[in-house]
Amino acid sequence: MDKHNTQARDGHGSHGGSLKSYVIGFLFSIVLTIIPLVVVMNDLLSKTATIAVILVMAVLQFLVQLLFFMHIRDEEKPRFNLMALIFGLVILVTIVAGSIWIMTYNAVAT
Amino acid sequence: MAHATTKSAAGAHGGGHGAGHAGGHHEEHHDQESLKTFGFWLFLITDVILFGTLFATFVVLRLNTDGGPTGAELIELNGIIASTFILLTSSFTSGVAVLEMNKGNKRGLILWLAITALLGAAFIYLEVTEFIHLVHEGATIGTSAYWSAFFTLVGTHGLHVSVGLVWMVALMLQLSRRGITPVTTRKVNIISLYWHFLDVVWIFVFTIVYLMGVM
Repeated sequence: MDKHNTQARDGHGSHGGSLKSYVIGFLFSIVLTIIPLVVVMNDLLSKTATIAVILVMAVLQFLVQLLFFMHIRDEEKPRFNLMALIFGLVILVTIVAGSIWIMTYNAVAT
Repeated sequence: MAHATTKSAAGAHGGGHGAGHAGGHHEEHHDQESLKTFGFWLFLITDVILFGTLFATFVVLRLNTDGGPTGAELIELNGIIASTFILLTSSFTSGVAVLEMNKGNKRGLILWLAITALLGAAFIYLEVTEFIHLVHEGATIGTSAYWSAFFTLVGTHGLHVSVGLVWMVALMLQLSRRGITPVTTRKVNIISLYWHFLDVVWIFVFTIVYLMGVM
């Protein structure tokens, strides 16, 4: 089965995915957008909890796009695309978290 | 690396799926295309890092409004919510375009790319309107560190979407002339990757700049 998929993709040079998986991904992404909106606009949670919830929703949204739309799982064996992505994310987290950490005590008083 | 990929592709062939319509030359061609797709992933990774630095800058400077207007005072969330759903939908429609391409339906492919481009144009229209509104309210890129970071981050994303629109229109023209070939197939696949990627970036802009900004 796996080989069959690889073959089909090689043969047409296209990515996998069906309309069903796109529709599921789309519905997920809508829901994952509405949840943080509702939480923020109605002040449902404390500030820290709200930030945690909306960040988790954003990361899940990223995963939905990656799995359902960008077909990262369909890539064949030496998964260079995925490896490059992980490498990029490591740099991303280092830059963002490192900047926040370094600059925390430099922030203007509120 | 190219050698290894060729080998594994040949291996899959040896796996004995009946419909072997790709000769040796063809195989090499597809290999080139998948290598180019990998190259595009590398570009996306550099873009991840670019946006990472802009996000880091924005987060660090989010309180430095220099006594001027803050985001919470000026941001109007309604337009932002609309553009978020527009971009989400366009990410989906660009996926539908790829499905039409896989079915070999050239007209459907161009139609769904056109819908995607229209949604992208609507997104850009809303963004420009928002920027004009902000400037009228006295928040320009030079007003404070907060607004410099804001306009650079949001504007860089908007610029990416605009470039994507030009690219998409050019691709639609090429598709109407050349049809669905291995080369145009690869191009459609990478533009849809690009579009999904921009949607992901926007989700983080929406979350970190706008939702956290109005909290």
